[in-house]
Amino acid sequence: MSTRVVRSGYLLEGVRRFGLTGIFFARLLAACVRSLARPRLIVAQIFNAGARSLIIIMLSGLFTGMVLGLLGQDVLQRFGAETALGEVAALALLKELGPVLTALLFAGRAGTALTSEIGLMRATDQLTAMEVMAVDPMSYVAAPRFLGGLIAMPLLVAIFNVIGLYGAQLIGVGLLGIDRGTFWSQMQSAVSMRDVTEGIVKSVVFGAVVSLIAVNEGYQAEPTAEGVGLATTRTVVASSVLTLLLDYVLTAVFL
Amino acid sequence: MTGSESPQRASSAPADDAVVDVRDVHYAIYGRPIFAGLNIRVRRGLITAVMGPSGTGKTTLLRLITGQLFADRGQVSVFGRDIASLPGSQIYATRRRMGMLFQNGALLTDINVFENVAFPVREHTDLPESLIRTLVLTKLEAVGLRGAADLMPAELSGGMARRVALARAIVMDPEVLLYDEPFVGLDPISLGVILRLIKQMNQALGITSIVVSHDVQELATIADQSYLLSGGCVVASGTPQDLARSDSETVHQFMTGSAEGPVKFHYPAPDYASQLLGVDEA
Repeated sequence: MSTRVVRSGYLLEGVRRFGLTGIFFARLLAACVRSLARPRLIVAQIFNAGARSLIIIMLSGLFTGMVLGLLGQDVLQRFGAETALGEVAALALLKELGPVLTALLFAGRAGTALTSEIGLMRATDQLTAMEVMAVDPMSYVAAPRFLGGLIAMPLLVAIFNVIGLYGAQLIGVGLLGIDRGTFWSQMQSAVSMRDVTEGIVKSVVFGAVVSLIAVNEGYQAEPTAEGVGLATTRTVVASSVLTLLLDYVLTAVFL
Repeated sequence: MTGSESPQRASSAPADDAVVDVRDVHYAIYGRPIFAGLNIRVRRGLITAVMGPSGTGKTTLLRLITGQLFADRGQVSVFGRDIASLPGSQIYATRRRMGMLFQNGALLTDINVFENVAFPVREHTDLPESLIRTLVLTKLEAVGLRGAADLMPAELSGGMARRVALARAIVMDPEVLLYDEPFVGLDPISLGVILRLIKQMNQALGITSIVVSHDVQELATIADQSYLLSGGCVVASGTPQDLARSDSETVHQFMTGSAEGPVKFHYPAPDYASQLLGVDEA
């Protein structure tokens, strides 16, 4: 088989997958409206995707903030600007590190769980059973999980940012001796509402993308052990790449 | 109707007592024909057995009846209406009049036994909690698992899971119950219980039953009408006694479980000796 044929095969498969995801997204949006009548399911999924990711998000936020404190202080003191550590840490976390790292962690923790759960539900005929019981699995299974992820992500990003700032202060103020008042007042004066908005928009977009990919991959997974495993891998890979790609686009938009 | 090699129903007369009427259905998956002119009529209040070797499309038939798949050609009528011509909401309304028992139970694994049985009731009715509780416990009692109401599906044996699934299938008092391989992998006690339950559902509640299986002996004890599928169509039909008396080679092979006969046991393959000796590779 020639290289050109192989390439066009990959291209067609990519277009097919993109098209399937688009159709799935349209169906999912319609199902989201219907699933609003089941708030209990959505709350349960916010708990599953959000609360159960808290430990990993908080730990990662703390260490990210601590690294920012160390590196920021090291770089800034070369320019005699170490008092700007609060500003640097806040902007780095709010605009970039908070949304991106949370999205990557969310894809690895909650995204994979969503994909494998839905994939196994298909493999064990649970989705088929719902269809036969005249219950739409898109409204009962897919939409609450999508909405749960969409709502949980901005909350997780906010928690990541708060813990991250605490970590930066712990190192900058506690260990390296920067004045606490300076640290916080610099941050307060430098961070604008636009910076906060950028972080919120990114977190919502990343939440939607990661949740959509996770739910879609689970729903379309081959109903076999290998199929579910492959779908889970695709969730992590596609979510991570798309998160970073969209991060660039959104950063450019907000510049 | 008696067993024969070509018992395809020729009559197209309206069948008033037919709950499910499959007429000249053709269906293929990825170009591989599954059905080529299938005709099956399920009469109200009877237990209809659909038998056939593995891979003859028995489960596909159930999916055609429930409107999860649609025939390439021909017609599947359920409760007198062509299921393929119905809009989505009407297909869902039709499914509410049916119950289905899956081969593996297909219980929802994140909720307990009680909630599994209550699931269709909660989804389709606004009954008060006390009534739902009574309804669910009644159905669980019927399958002998009232005491297991608080267990999770992972804590159940295969036979218990299937009985819970049966309780869930009947909780909305369906007019038709579809059983997909209900006897596979059951111990003799569970098998006996499931057999009795199918018969009881039919006799006590008047539920029309379609049992898809290849367990000939078990089906023979409960079925009123049997269809034997092979090669994409019905090769014999009638009462189990008719099938047992049939002189058709296909029927005889299936009923006696013989490897030799019109239905090939071996998947098409190159010559055995040549392959072992590596002649093909050379």
